[in-house]
Amino acid sequence: MITMQDVCKSYKVAKRNAGFGEACKALFRREYETIHALRNVSFTINDGEMVGYIGPNGAGKSSTIKILSGILTPDSGTVLVDGRVPYKDRIRHVAQIGVVFGQRSQLWWDVPVIDSFELLKDVYSIPQKQYDNNLEELTSLLNLSELLRTPARQLSLGQRMRCEIAGSLLHSPKILFLDEPTIGLDAVSKLAVRDFIKKQNELHGTTVILTTHDMQDIEALSKRIILIGKGEILLDGTPEDLKKGGQSIDETVAELYRAYDI
Amino acid sequence: MKKYLSFFRVRFLMGLQYRVAALAGIATQFAWGFLEIMALKAFYETDASVYPMTFQATVSYVWLQQAFLAFFASWMVDTELFDMILNGNIAYELCRPVRIYSLMASRNLANRVSRAVLRCLPILVVAFFLPQPYRMGAPQGIVHFLFFLVAMVLGLFVSVAFFMFVYVLAFYTISPQGLRIVFVSLVEYLSGGVIPLPFFPEKVLRVVELLPFAAMQNVPLRIYGGDMEGAEMLRALGLQLFWLVALVAIGSALCRKAERRVALQGG
Repeated sequence: MITMQDVCKSYKVAKRNAGFGEACKALFRREYETIHALRNVSFTINDGEMVGYIGPNGAGKSSTIKILSGILTPDSGTVLVDGRVPYKDRIRHVAQIGVVFGQRSQLWWDVPVIDSFELLKDVYSIPQKQYDNNLEELTSLLNLSELLRTPARQLSLGQRMRCEIAGSLLHSPKILFLDEPTIGLDAVSKLAVRDFIKKQNELHGTTVILTTHDMQDIEALSKRIILIGKGEILLDGTPEDLKKGGQSIDETVAELYRAYDI
Repeated sequence: MKKYLSFFRVRFLMGLQYRVAALAGIATQFAWGFLEIMALKAFYETDASVYPMTFQATVSYVWLQQAFLAFFASWMVDTELFDMILNGNIAYELCRPVRIYSLMASRNLANRVSRAVLRCLPILVVAFFLPQPYRMGAPQGIVHFLFFLVAMVLGLFVSVAFFMFVYVLAFYTISPQGLRIVFVSLVEYLSGGVIPLPFFPEKVLRVVELLPFAAMQNVPLRIYGGDMEGAEMLRALGLQLFWLVALVAIGSALCRKAERRVALQGG
């Protein structure tokens, strides 16, 4: 179970206007602005749930994921994931979760994908048998057999993303965080990834928390949506709650963003 | 422990892939080696009485330095780690059940060892068969050789530990460029990378010898040719050990602090 209670996180960002004069001025006096990435965010997610976490760019989605995965320390509030405080107990915590950052890569660039996987096996101390089983399952579900022996640098984005997702599931995590897993993927790859996430949830009861800008992802995957804007939770409900008579979900969300002025 | 060995292994295998880079490196190192020996020879011929080492010892020093350049050269730091910190890809590493310090150290070590493995043998073999005065000499004696091996390993660890300290500092600055430039030139000069330390003025040398920089290549390379012996050698080995422990302690403590306050760059 995941609970977040009144979590706040702010960043200090140096700002200045354009131009040479301004740049010189900034050498001596720097103006900082505090950005409140999260303000009193609270929610509870039960085991086996699949939750879509949406909001416009810069709303605080990634910050939430990073806090939940123990990378970032919140300024205030309490976070509990299966009884652990992620940022205090990072090493024990991360052994139980899987994370995919759609914009980054965990695969070693110049070596075949399978080498990266073997490394993950040792890093998570996965027993050989469990590793073999998981690898076999992931290979067939994500259609990886052709890709495993190829260096990561020679994979297309869609192929790589499938490998990234597989890499995050080798240690059978109970919770999976997906930060924009379908970013930049073509229709076929998107469908494959969606299908796979769904199956993973049904087969293993993995709790999935997914951030995305692709509303079809949300429609296809999650029964619950959390909408965040300017660091605050604005809506927590089902996709039906979002939809208003016949409109496509994209339009509704755009309207919501406008309505909340986020 | 196995986790970190695995990081070492992957990084090592990756390092072994770059064959052309190794070939080019070997060629460069020969050019440098000859150049350095020629310059030293000119010093020696000008006035052998003030030359601070035996000429043979300096020749061995130069070839060992070139063969194991990747162990000690400060500019051969693993830039991937800096990039990771710079663009926020360290996020993935923080998602692993591993200590960040140990992870970076094992990658760094693997990077240096894999590069050295590819380069050292051809250089050493050729250097042993070069015509005089360029020929590399045998070690001063069997005891020296054994101490040389110990000092070599310690020196490699000290140089990795020192650069771990620089990596950790990169967590606190936005760009590691400045850190790199400062430390690269500092280490290169004060560790005996440009010219062996005995060539420094004596008063300067007395201070420099105590610094962590002198605990890197300076010790093994001088032991090999017999420039360091007896009590001086043991003292130098002791200092190596001291700096290794101190640098690891400071580096890992700072790293733990950095982990907490790190703001990941790039979304």
